[in-house]
Amino acid sequence: MSASWRIGRRSFVDLLLGGGVIGSVVSFLYPVLKFVMPPAVAEAMDQSVVAGKVGELPPNSGKIFKFGRRPGLLISTPSGELRAYDGICTHLNCTVQYRSDFGHIWCACHNGHYDTSGKNISGPPPRPLERYTVSIRGDDIVVSRNS
Amino acid sequence: MLSSLGERVFHWLDERLDLQPIQRFVREKSVPSHRYSWCYFFGGATLFFFMIQVATGVLLLLYYKPTAEAAFESVRFIMTEVSFGWLIRSLHSWSANLMVLAAFLHMATVFFMRAYRKPRELTWYTGATLLLLAMGFGFSGYLLPWNELAFFATRVGTDMAGKVPVVGRFLLEFLRGGEDVTGATLTRFFGFHVAVLPMMATALILFHLLAIQRQGMSVPLSQKEASTTNAGMPFFPNYFLRELMGWAIALAILAALASLFPWELGEEADAFAPAPAGIKPEWYFVFMFQTLKLLPATVAGVEGELVGLLAFGLAGLAWFFVPVLDIRSSREEPSRWLTLMGVAALLFIAIMTLLGYVMP
Amino acid sequence: MMRAGLTFLLMTFAGVALGQDNCLDCHRELEDPAALAMSEDVHAQASVSCADCHGGDRTIETEGDYELAMDPNKGFIGVPDPGDIPQLCGRCHSDASYMHRFDPNLSVDQVAQYWTSVHGQRLREGATDVAQCASCHHAHGVVSAKDPRSPVYPTRIPETCGACHADPEHMAAYGIPTDQLSEYRAGVHGRALFDRGDLGAPTCNSCHGNHGAAPPGVTSVSLVCGTCHGVQKELFAASPHQEAFDAIDEPECESCHGNHNIEAPTDDFVGVGDEAICMTCHGEGEPAYGVAATVHEEISNLKGAMAAAREVVDRAARAGMEVSEAELVLIDANQTLVESRNLVHAFAVEPLREKVEEGLALATTAREMGVAALAEVDYRRKGLALSVFFILLLAVGLYLKIRQIEERE
Repeated sequence: MSASWRIGRRSFVDLLLGGGVIGSVVSFLYPVLKFVMPPAVAEAMDQSVVAGKVGELPPNSGKIFKFGRRPGLLISTPSGELRAYDGICTHLNCTVQYRSDFGHIWCACHNGHYDTSGKNISGPPPRPLERYTVSIRGDDIVVSRNS
Repeated sequence: MLSSLGERVFHWLDERLDLQPIQRFVREKSVPSHRYSWCYFFGGATLFFFMIQVATGVLLLLYYKPTAEAAFESVRFIMTEVSFGWLIRSLHSWSANLMVLAAFLHMATVFFMRAYRKPRELTWYTGATLLLLAMGFGFSGYLLPWNELAFFATRVGTDMAGKVPVVGRFLLEFLRGGEDVTGATLTRFFGFHVAVLPMMATALILFHLLAIQRQGMSVPLSQKEASTTNAGMPFFPNYFLRELMGWAIALAILAALASLFPWELGEEADAFAPAPAGIKPEWYFVFMFQTLKLLPATVAGVEGELVGLLAFGLAGLAWFFVPVLDIRSSREEPSRWLTLMGVAALLFIAIMTLLGYVMP
Repeated sequence: MMRAGLTFLLMTFAGVALGQDNCLDCHRELEDPAALAMSEDVHAQASVSCADCHGGDRTIETEGDYELAMDPNKGFIGVPDPGDIPQLCGRCHSDASYMHRFDPNLSVDQVAQYWTSVHGQRLREGATDVAQCASCHHAHGVVSAKDPRSPVYPTRIPETCGACHADPEHMAAYGIPTDQLSEYRAGVHGRALFDRGDLGAPTCNSCHGNHGAAPPGVTSVSLVCGTCHGVQKELFAASPHQEAFDAIDEPECESCHGNHNIEAPTDDFVGVGDEAICMTCHGEGEPAYGVAATVHEEISNLKGAMAAAREVVDRAARAGMEVSEAELVLIDANQTLVESRNLVHAFAVEPLREKVEEGLALATTAREMGVAALAEVDYRRKGLALSVFFILLLAVGLYLKIRQIEERE
């Protein structure tokens, strides 16, 4: 075999190997580098979440927000106090809502009523709504679960 | 270009650390070449998988939360929110199993080649301990995702530990951090898994590797003639490239398993839920688990499980101290009986493991 | 002598000043169970004396002079006649200004209500074994109805009513069944009250009244049930069944759901199957048959779609995929199922179908999210499988390099 052909074959193998090594290194480094950079939401959202912005809810109103895998209910009482509860009715798991005409929480499915402390006051719900803690962090209304 | 850069770096370090002896050693290091040289591969494979475990483990540590309340959710977070979290986690889980398998195969080949005979007894003792540590890594790591399977498998496994005579009670409470498997167990296992066991393993691995460098590779008795007729294979670059190729294949197997059987998240552990049917410990404990299950309630008046544990204890001791017990190989003499016993033990383990999965 | 007399005077004055109840003291010493029970009695705590009900002179404290105390001339009546008890209690309990001294919130219409009840009517006619105040509230050791020890605390009412109404011998003269208590215990309301401690669950008095106890009239059953089950009552009132049931004097809710042993309703109650209650009145060929069949089918479809979506989402979750959005959609879908079951009481297809369609759309969305998540799992697996190929390529490269080097040697 001619020397030039052998050199050609050597460079091909070197190229293949070099390419393979670089390819492997990059394909390892890329996921690792992406992994170590924290995702958009830095922590699992099961313990606390931003439920809204300050000023978003006028007094005597409420909104549903996403809290992990369950809906949550954020209300502003008629006197303007912010409170948050688990949004699932304790009767048959429908989603509750805030009724400004009642001034308290209500479930559409079987006419269950809860007062603004989450206590079941009328209708079929057997237990109060689980209450969450509301804190203000700058502009955000942060709702957190107690473990 | 790269090589001249490498040369410059080497020269810079050499001026300060005198790397000549090391360079000489590496140049002269050779690996015996004979029919069973391929067995030498398994030790390196174990080391390779261990390095992957350390790397992926450290990465997981950046996000994992070791408490009963947060553990499962943090693993879910890794798998769903962190970029390539699912990949790092799947690699870690699979490489763990492959590491234990490679360690076991390494031990088997060392056993059958009698590589533990004088002067390499210490290498065997550190290696055997490392195999036990690997199983400890597996057992402690398995609980960390705090899912249903892991929780109950840990309960079953620590129950077994509790049955050891005399020290069983202490052992159980030491492992569990209490009477039952709870968050305290998780914290404890986490400590074992990321601090205690890695410290011990690192020290032992360093010794194990240094001893090998010092003593060179052992040649099986049957091949002693054949290996003296050749100078062996130079470690660098010949054996080294082969080792790398082996590691590439090992990596391919790892990636294939992780893609064919991605590791699941499962359901969060609930201590008050009934145990799902068919709970087993991890596969490398199944043979012991199944043996204990198959033993009758009493054997010659003694509780069956106790007999089983004693038998395993004695077998374990014999295995650990085989360099002492195998007098023939210390005299460089072959021993058919020991080979047969080894094969029998392997068959027993294989059959019991199979039964553990096949039987209800 | 002087000293004894002085002591006596002092004690008398002290006794009178402190409202001392000598009846109670003496009877306590005699270990009269009625007297002993008075330590936990609301009346005694309000300083109401035995004599205030039984008459007599409470101030007489000389031992042995019980005739002076239990003197008919001083109003002593001994154990009151059952027929006289409502008036006796009503002397205070119907007097608003008197009762408001003790508890401004207590109502004062109990006796008036009582006379409208079946118990009251029978008592007036001379029956002695019907319930009067003391039968349920007892006489000594009376505690507030809000006190769990009271025989009229919600969880104890069934057994209190049952003391007579579940006793066949007692009720023999009246010809009323005596299985209500056991029926109630087996039904949803009984189980809610006893097994889950849900004080919101109705007991005997919730539907029958307590002082004005009477069975609800046939046309007013749905009104009674409707005090809690308002949604169903409104739907029923607007449905064809309201008029139809009124015309044939059928007791509405009770016809399908029972009165005491109210079974937990299942989706098979409505439809044309074996357990379907619709088939009690309606036969094949009638338009109602078609409605029942369609209603049942619609709900079954919705349940099936939700179950399928649930299965896919669960699989994705177990595999470690992010499915919280899908979970929220499934919660909304579940709500449409609950509302569909309400709409059964409209006994028409259209409103129910609309709600079911809503639910089906949500179930489909959730299922699609689950499928997408599983597809992502698949995509990752394929990506990894591809990487296997490249790693093997590297292995091949190394092999060639080895060959190359060793050929040179």
